[in-house]
Amino acid sequence: MILTTLEGVPGKTIVEHYGLVQGSTIRAKHIGKDILASLKNLVGGELKAYTELLQESRQEAVERMVAQAQELEANAVVNIRFATSSVAQGAAELFAYGTAVKVE
Amino acid sequence: MDGLFEFLIFLVLLVVGYFSGNYFERQHYKSIRERERKTRYFPVATFGATMPLPDAQEAELVVGSVVISIDYFKMISAALRGLVGGRIKVYESLLDRGRREALLRMKEDAIAWGATEILNVRLETAAIGGRSGSNSGPGTIEVIAYGTAVR
Repeated sequence: MILTTLEGVPGKTIVEHYGLVQGSTIRAKHIGKDILASLKNLVGGELKAYTELLQESRQEAVERMVAQAQELEANAVVNIRFATSSVAQGAAELFAYGTAVKVE
Repeated sequence: MDGLFEFLIFLVLLVVGYFSGNYFERQHYKSIRERERKTRYFPVATFGATMPLPDAQEAELVVGSVVISIDYFKMISAALRGLVGGRIKVYESLLDRGRREALLRMKEDAIAWGATEILNVRLETAAIGGRSGSNSGPGTIEVIAYGTAVR
């Protein structure tokens, strides 16, 4: 599966469009049990535990999008975008979407 | 007596936040500047979506992300600033650090993959609420930088 943020895939041409595919994950923002992160919150700087959590949930969202594309028998997803939104107090959504296509 | 004790804790947190926050920020900026110098040769563009596709064999989605938090002293000073209005410099540096770090991670990933350039880069920023139970504004932000690496 080829993933790009461009309108197409370099070196290949799009032969078929399958439309929008998407994947999303929702995660809780406050992990009360993560004492280290809340300590880090006092002194400032990167919260590595949260960065990892973000990376995992992003991967999960992309995987769900790819699974949808595979179901449509596409071999690439183009023009991918990420978006975040807060759906409820204390929860944030990470959303990935793109267009499933077949390239040759 | 209780009130005094709480006030002392508050003061200690303020002082710890001030010194450690400044220290971490300086270290972070030092590392950012150094890595930016190292990767300066590498072209990164925000265009590419509607242009003719580049002449390349392979393309891949590259992403860099970071979750970064403000220190206690700055959070309090930003809350005070919020009362009178105006520029909140402490948040500016937080966002600046976050975005530059995310972009650098994306670049370093692409370079490791053997890319010649990154096209159509987009940045996404989200505020994660401050300490639970407080309304002092976003103390933590997450930044995602993503684009298409080609080689």
